[in-house]
Amino acid sequence: MNKPIRRVVVVGASLAGVRAAETLRAEELAEEIVVVGDEPHQPYDRPPLSKDVLTALEPPEVGLRNAQGLDVTWELGVGAASLELAEQTVHLTDGRSLAYDGLVLACGARARVLPGTEEMARVSALRTLDDARSLRAALVAGAERVLVVGAGFIGAEVAASCRSRGVEVVMVEPLEQPLVRVLGAAVGSLIADLHRSNGVDVRLGVGVDSMAEDGVGGKVEVRFSDGTIESFDHVVVGIGVVPNTGWLDGSGLTIDDGIVCDETTLAAPGVVAAGDVARWPNPLFGELMRVEHWEHALDMGAHAARRLATPDDQAGPYAPVPWFWSDQYDRKLQLAGRVLPTDEVVLVAGSVDDMRFCALYGRDGKVSGVLAVNMPAKVVRYRKAIADGLTWEQAMSETEVKEPFVVGRQG
Amino acid sequence: MRVVVDFDLCESNAVCMGIAPEVFEVRDDDFLYVLQEEPDESLRPKIEEAVARCPKQAISIED
Repeated sequence: MNKPIRRVVVVGASLAGVRAAETLRAEELAEEIVVVGDEPHQPYDRPPLSKDVLTALEPPEVGLRNAQGLDVTWELGVGAASLELAEQTVHLTDGRSLAYDGLVLACGARARVLPGTEEMARVSALRTLDDARSLRAALVAGAERVLVVGAGFIGAEVAASCRSRGVEVVMVEPLEQPLVRVLGAAVGSLIADLHRSNGVDVRLGVGVDSMAEDGVGGKVEVRFSDGTIESFDHVVVGIGVVPNTGWLDGSGLTIDDGIVCDETTLAAPGVVAAGDVARWPNPLFGELMRVEHWEHALDMGAHAARRLATPDDQAGPYAPVPWFWSDQYDRKLQLAGRVLPTDEVVLVAGSVDDMRFCALYGRDGKVSGVLAVNMPAKVVRYRKAIADGLTWEQAMSETEVKEPFVVGRQG
Repeated sequence: MRVVVDFDLCESNAVCMGIAPEVFEVRDDDFLYVLQEEPDESLRPKIEEAVARCPKQAISIED
């Protein structure tokens, strides 16, 4: 076994960072571990923020279980300001510096903000615990009408959570369908239908031109791109995230929509990256990818920790089949793989009309992904097969059901 | 070793089934079934991984 690293600094106290620290400790890969997190809170889990935190009678516990009792030094409420690779030192925003022998960069991503809304109390993203608490407070205080900007997964989950509280929800999406650039138009239209059937006013091809807070009435007045003006009690903006790499400018690391690593997660000698902020060539798909999923943060955090303690000639690639889930109303949507909106999509189980189905995506002769609504076991099986290189021909020959994926058949 | 699932938390993401199909099975009814409540020690690493990767932190091991 390799000698433990003397001192590892982990920048980022969220899922990837905590998992890296936990792995270093559990596998005795480091002597001293310092975890730096810019939020004042104990490390917490994000998936409940758009769901249970908004809907539960009592706010649920969101602390990360694996952070509790972890033998590390926590530096919470302080950010990383800059990195000096040659000196092996991270400078903190409070003026202190931390020397390291190994460095894990898990500094995550932040929500994209609509310009001009930064100071508006009733306009927020849904990214942090504070964001979720502020929306929950607005809902508890009796918000009756909420605008969701962006029909991505976060926006869609927030819309569903608000509807479950009986709140009126308008969801606008500048593109022609929700998630059209991720899942394609057919699946996107299905998501739009799901929300409409649950009472959301879904407006496609509509963006926001400007917003203004009305201090007296406690409303936000919104001017939409179609010229209409309406007021809302709260606005949630879910238009994607930006990797937190500004503090690394000039550090010598390669920054290009994230911290660019090699296929083992190494960004520089003695420096690894993991989670939302890391971009690496996944050998399974032959492309440089940055993945923002929950499980990915966990797995890449563990992989990066082990990589740090492994000699270069023994380090293996990080080659996952990305997977995530999204809960909206009583539907559980799961996607595994790396799909493109231009991929072929074929239904292999269940029924689109019942909103319980499994579909395969394919391109270049391979199965590129599996999407399921309320069919989790199918995803598990196909995900394994995708990791093993399942060809499209093989998948089609083995399935009894294979129908073109069509939405909105009128009976 | 005893595998304990908090079914109030479990929402059948089926991650555990991907890791340890000998122990966890999500069936077509969308519910998780624990196939062996007291599995052999040799399965411990897999079950520990399932505990760590459960999105709902719904699985635990009692010794």
